[in-house]
This record gives sequence, C-alpha cells and structure tokens, in this order.
Amino acid sequence: MATVKTQFKAAAVNPLKMSQPLGAAYAFMGMHRCMPVMHGSQGCTSFGLVLLVRHFREAIPLQTTAMNEATTVMGGFDNIEKAVLNIRERAKPDLIAICSTGLTETKGDDVDGYLKLVQQRHPETTDTALVYVSTPDYVGAFQDGWAKAVSAFIKSLVVPVEEKVPTQVNILPGCHLTPADVEEVREIVESFGLTPLFLPDLSRSLDGHMSDEFSPTTMGGTTLAEVRAMGASVATIAIGEQMRPCADLLQEKTGIPFVLFDRLTGLEANDRLLAHLSAVSGMPVPQKWRRQRSQLQDAMLDAHFFCSGKKIAIGAEPDLLWALSSLLNEMGCDIASAVTTTHSPLLERMPTAEVLIGDLEDLEKSAQGCDLLVTHSHGRQAAERLHLSHYRAGLPMFDRLGAGHKLMVGYRGTREIVFDVGNLFLADLHHHEGTPQSWPLPEETLQAVAEVGKPVASFHH
Amino acid sequence: MGAPLNEKLQDVFNEPGCDKNQGKSDKERKKGCTKQLAPGAAAGGCAFDGAKIALQPIVDVAHLVHGPIACEGNSWDNRHALSSGVSTYRTGFTTDINELDVVYGGEKRLYKAVKEIIDKYDPPAVFVYQTCVTALIGDDIEAVCKAASKKFNKPVIPVNSPGFAGVKNLGNKLGGEALLDYVIGTAEPEYTTPYDINIIGEYNLSGELWQVKPLLDAMGVRVLACISGDARYQEVAYSHRAKVAMMVCSKAMINISRKMEERYNIPFFEGSFYGIGDMSDSLREIARLLVQQGAPDDIIARTEALIAAEEARAWARIEPYKARLKGKRVLLITGGVKSWSVVAALQEVGIEIVGTSVKKSTKEDKDRIKEIMGEEAHMIDDMPPREMYKMLKEARADIMLSGGRSQFIALKAKMPWLDINQERHHAFAGYEGMVKLVQEIDKTLYNPVWEQVRLPAPWDDEVVPQSTALRLPDCPADSSLSSAG
Repeated sequence: MATVKTQFKAAAVNPLKMSQPLGAAYAFMGMHRCMPVMHGSQGCTSFGLVLLVRHFREAIPLQTTAMNEATTVMGGFDNIEKAVLNIRERAKPDLIAICSTGLTETKGDDVDGYLKLVQQRHPETTDTALVYVSTPDYVGAFQDGWAKAVSAFIKSLVVPVEEKVPTQVNILPGCHLTPADVEEVREIVESFGLTPLFLPDLSRSLDGHMSDEFSPTTMGGTTLAEVRAMGASVATIAIGEQMRPCADLLQEKTGIPFVLFDRLTGLEANDRLLAHLSAVSGMPVPQKWRRQRSQLQDAMLDAHFFCSGKKIAIGAEPDLLWALSSLLNEMGCDIASAVTTTHSPLLERMPTAEVLIGDLEDLEKSAQGCDLLVTHSHGRQAAERLHLSHYRAGLPMFDRLGAGHKLMVGYRGTREIVFDVGNLFLADLHHHEGTPQSWPLPEETLQAVAEVGKPVASFHH
Repeated sequence: MGAPLNEKLQDVFNEPGCDKNQGKSDKERKKGCTKQLAPGAAAGGCAFDGAKIALQPIVDVAHLVHGPIACEGNSWDNRHALSSGVSTYRTGFTTDINELDVVYGGEKRLYKAVKEIIDKYDPPAVFVYQTCVTALIGDDIEAVCKAASKKFNKPVIPVNSPGFAGVKNLGNKLGGEALLDYVIGTAEPEYTTPYDINIIGEYNLSGELWQVKPLLDAMGVRVLACISGDARYQEVAYSHRAKVAMMVCSKAMINISRKMEERYNIPFFEGSFYGIGDMSDSLREIARLLVQQGAPDDIIARTEALIAAEEARAWARIEPYKARLKGKRVLLITGGVKSWSVVAALQEVGIEIVGTSVKKSTKEDKDRIKEIMGEEAHMIDDMPPREMYKMLKEARADIMLSGGRSQFIALKAKMPWLDINQERHHAFAGYEGMVKLVQEIDKTLYNPVWEQVRLPAPWDDEVVPQSTALRLPDCPADSSLSSAG
C-alpha cells in the first residue's frame, strides 16, 4: 500500500510525462488504413511525429490541421474541413481519426459539430469514417489520451450484434503493451481456438516489418470491419487499468461482459489469464504454456540471487509502473522510489511506501543510493550522473534498437525482463567486490585498543 | 498574441538583407515569407520549435518552456547540439500548465518556476519560451520576465515565438530577435583583438563547430561568440565587439547578422562550412573582412597556406573513394544552404545528383544550385513521399541523403540512406567533415546488407528480385507498387 503524492513544483524539470494527444495519436496508429490528425498548430504534430519516429524507427503517418493565430481565434472549422477534404483526396484512407490539442481546446472548438457540418456540406466524405476525441494537452497524460481514443472508437464505430460468434473475443490492450506484447497475447488467445479482435492493434502496423508497398496512411492494424464485428464477440479482455472505461463502454453498448487484467507481467498474472481463456474456450491450457511456465519459474530462481534486496527507482506511467514494480517486488527487489505521470486506482496498491506524480528530477533525487533506474530513454542523463544502470522501459526508447519488439507480457516476456534486469545486476557485481579498504574498523574500536597500550616492540624486531 | 508580437512579426517579415523579401510589394511582404499551410497536407515544425532550435545550443542557460506538457514533454533532448562543458541546456524545464492555469492564467506559475530554477540550478540566465496556449490566454511573459529579472537580479529573457505564429524558420528569426532585444550588447569582453569574429547560425550539431575551430585557431582568428552552438550566455552578451561575422545557416538568422551590422558596424558575409571549396572560400572571406576592418594583412598569407595544406590533405584522403563513387546517383532531400553546398562537394567526388530539394531554399540558394548544376538542374520543390519511394524503388537513385523523417521511405525501398539533417550523429563540416561524408556515403553504398535484404525468399518466386531491378533501370515502373496507387 502506498501513499500517493502530487509534486507541486511550478517548473517540471526533465519531464517524464507526455501529452494526451500523443497517446491518442498512438492509438490511431493501431487502426488499418487510418490517417491520424492532430487539430492544432503544426508543431503539435511535428513533435509527436518525431518522438514516435525515434522510438519505432518507422515512418509515422500523422497529419495536422495547421492552425495559426487567426484560425484559432476565429475557430477551426475551415481547417478541419480542408484537412478532411485534403486527406480524403490525397491519402484515401478508410478512417480519419482526429484528436484535439491544448490550443484548440483553449479556444473551445466544437469538432464533433464541425465534422457533422463537413459531412453535410460534402456528402461524398461519408465514404470515410470520421472519429474525433477530445484530448487537451494540459489535462492528464499519454495513457489517458490512449484510453480516450479507444473509447471514441467504441462510441462511434462499435454496434451491437444479435448473433454471437462463440469463439470470438475482444481484446482491449493498454498503451503500455508493445507491438510484440500484442502479438504474444494474440498467440496465447489463438492457442485456445479463439479468434481475438484487438482494438487497437499495433502488432500489425508498428511491428517494424518490410512492406512491398508505400502508403501515406497506417498499414496493418484493426480494420473498420473488425471494429464493427466486435459486437458479435462472447467476451472482452481488457489489459491495464487504463482500459476499464473502454471495457465498461463496450459492455454498455453491446452487453458483452469483460474481465480486466491489471497486468500480464509476472507468473501469477499469466496463470489467471490462461485459466480465464481455458474457461471461455472450454479447452485445456496447451502444453506449450505449461512448459514456458516452468521455464519462467526456473528463470526467477536463477535471477533472484541477484535481485534480492536491490533498491529500484522507477518512473513510468501508472499501468507500466504497476506491471514492472509488481514483478520486481516479486523477485525480491525493493521499490525505493516510484514516480508516475497521472492518477490511477493502481497507485495506492503499489508495493512501495510512496508514489509521486512528478518528473524525472524527482526520480533522480530519490534514486540516490539505489541500484537500478527503470524508466524511458529520457532517464539516460540521470543514470549517467548517478552512475546507475538504466533499464529502459516505456516510450520513448530512442537510444536502443527494437523498442517495438521488446516483449514484456506472458511467461516468455516476464522471463525476458527477469533475465535483462538480473544481467544488469550481474554486470554491476564488480562494483561491489571487496577491496583491502572495504571493511575498516570503527574509530571506537581503534580507540579501545589504543587505550590498552601499544603492541610490544618485539613485534617489529 | 499581443501587439508587441505583431510588430515584431512585421519587423521580421521586412528583411532588407533578403533579396526575395525586398522584391515583394508592401502587401505581399505583410503576409510573411511562408506559404499558407494546407491543413491535412502540412509537415514541419512550428515557430516555437524554430526558436528553441536557434537558442537551445546556448549551453549554460536554463531554457524554460511556458505551456502545456506537449511542447517540452513531447520534444525534449532530441537534438545533438554538443557542449564542451556545462549541460544545463539539455535539462528539460517546463511550467507544464494544467486546466486551472488555463482558466486563471499561468503568469504566477511562470514566475515561481523561474524562481525555482534559479534557486536550484543558478544558471547565468533563464530563457522563457512562449507557446500557443499561454499566448492565447494572454499570459504576458515579457512582464513576468521583467519582474523576475529585477527581483532575482539575473537576466530572464522572454522568447516570444508561440507555435501558431508560423513555421520553424520564422521561429529561428524570432529567437534571434530575443537575443537582439535582450542579450547582445549587455556585457563587455575582458579584452578584444583585431581577429575577433562571430559565427552566426551555427548550432554545433554533432560537434561540427569543432571541425572548423582548429582552422580558425591556425589562422589566429578568435571566435568571440558562436550564435548559438556551444555558446555561453556571456559570449553572446558581448558579441557586439566582434570585428566581422560569418552567417552560416542561410537565412535562418539573417536578422541577427544584419541588425548587428546596423547597430555595431560588424560586416557579415554568408558562407558555408560544407564542401571543400566552400570551406576555403569562407576562410578567405573571414581573412579579407578582418583585414578590411583593420587587422594586419599577414593573415591573408597564413590563410592561403592553411587552405593549400588542408585542401591537399582532404583531396588525398578522398582520392581512394573517387573510383568507387564515380557515377553514383544521389537524391538529396534537404533544405536551405545544404541544397547547394553539399551538391558542390559531392560533384567534386564524381557523384551525380539526380535531384535536390529546394522546398526550404531561398532564391539565392536556387541561383547557387543553377550555378553549380547548370540550368537544367533537377530541383524538386515538394516531392510527396510516394514519389520519393517510387524514384528509389525504380533505382533512379542509388542513395538518398535526407533528414530523419524520410529515412524510412528509402529503407523500405531497400535503398541506402544517409542522415544529413539535424538528428545526424556524424559531423560533416570543414575539410574533416567532407572526408567523413564521402567515407559515410561509401560505407553506406557498399554495405553488404543491401545484398542480403534484397534476396528474395526461396519459396516466393512471385517477387521480382530487387537486385535485378537495380541493374535494369527500365524494368516496368510499377511492378511492385500495384496496390499502392
């Protein structure tokens, strides 16, 4: 149980947090043939785009309504209209997904209304699905924007379906899952003879593959047909507490019950997932996973020697913070410092004394004397200054390759984390090796001996 | 935005130092230099981005962004402007305003933020960047900075360049205006020499300034201030005592150069550190201007000796690559000064330029390209990614040199690519840099990975082997693009 505190500094120093629209745009990336758009100044898009490019090392489709001072004051209808027409004309997407920014929210643009008006004035645009989500920059954080975007998709695209498909399940992954994680969940679900429908699905769009075509829109990801078919599923699985509002909304709209897994990192967490899938499908847990489970047990045993008692300073968004801190705690580590970006019911349940909603300056300060820093790539400067090993987790990860392929869920993903973190501690072992000066006697002892008298001269010849 | 910013914009839009600007009617000029952006079809950074790029390389200053988390949180620590000492500039400072600040105003938070930063980090100055949201709600950063400067007895400089004011290039200039209004001329150097120069518009990306500085040292030239690569606040503050200035990055900071000439009689010229010939020309011009300003003229002979030795050394180092690179076709997608200065350098090595982008180039830039490549120069104004991809896929170019955003267009076409924009990790300035560029192009072109990734899968005979396509440039254009149209 943890106390949750909010840092009340006037200046955030070395931000841990990223903004809501970026989280929403990231969710848009998991839709097929989609053109994500930020309704704001072109810098809003440019920064987000560069950040995602640096993380994934992939082309990122992300457009802007290019608002300037005058259009902001007068209202952004013209820009929204032009953007929709331009994008439909040039990129021919199935879906145009728009999120707002701090700029257009401060003005108070009624984008829902604008979009209706655009479709009235240009009936031809009704061949393109339009989805809008409100995500002011000055409220919440990245993972909030992601969840709001998924809710917007459910609200505008999902329809109730009478006739259910008994093997079809919906999966609502949180933004802390990498494309590799989503792929792993797919493999697990499919192994029970079930057909998963992911909303969204980054594993087919941002999994870093070679394609034989060029497209200005997203490629891969969830199709509109798939979203519309979600109403026919028999169950929904939500991953991460951030997805609860989305799962609630989906249940409300379609009557499909959901089970929420607050994490899929760790042994017991995955036991519960497999048990649930077994119950939904009526199939026994496949041999493959039983084998992987015992591999994970072995890995945890091997690694616990090096993890035990190690002090961790961790900075991450709530769901990732929960997943990693819980696992590290289960390995015997001590979560000495935890910093996060936004509120979540998980924070109070964290296995540490205090969780701070703050920045990397706060993390750096409290990481003094810790053994490992766990956070995204922006923690690299702090790690360097503190001479700490740095386990990179979260987005952005721009100074390492393969961010999209980092596997952190399932027995296999858990095993990888256990080895990676254990290896960092192993590599640091030499720092803890003894030297002749490592175990000096305290002054009091030396004093006590001196009082008795000096050693006899014959000692020295 | 308030009246002061509007006046500033009109001032920046009226640039006597720019021929293109002066060729316009008053009405045209009022509209500014940038085309109206097309919603849904625009790319590139905003004015805030531009101001930050221009000023952040001042390494000992705390750069505080007043706005919501997006402006700093989504963008910090993403450039490779290097410092030879302190690294305060790499720390991300932002007021991270929340909903209440939007309603009640963010000025108090800003003032407190400045105080916190001075208390904790004690930088020689704090730069405060305005952003869209705080501009829209009417936060007066000039007033807050003035009050904070007075209270804390430390320069707190407002940089009024909110994103929605315009594009990145405009922001570069507005950043420059902040230096002109509040920094330059506010301190005196310990001593001056007849050989003091300013370098304006050089950001020391990947340490490029340090590829040039040894040359200037050898000439006996002192860089009084570089604006802004690896600069210290004090340097910029006393930069008005330089004898001459070199303006490096095309027009990005022309307002600083011109106004320093007007106010302090510092003559400037526009030069480039990219390319062997251009590097030598720049050194010569520095020497010539210094002599014109009263420096002893033996510097001319020193400069010529230096150029002769360094050019010969560079050519000798490039020689082994000439045979390997002759006739290779390069597609150059960059902007401004690099669109011609790199062209000249590559042509010197025998590389063929199949196209160079001029989207961000000025009229002078375009004239230089024609001068170098001839009237029929293939200038690309705005190439859509799909066209770039097609060009590479059809092997009409062997390698693309561009910025990070378009790299994946080349890589997905399985074609070599080299980063020559701000995110690059290699330094390409001066004689050293040009040798490095040639080495990097060679390394990229001849990397065995291209053979590997172009191998068709043995079980897939439908796919046209990419390596064949390479050798047969006139094979059907759209063979593998059928679904892209």
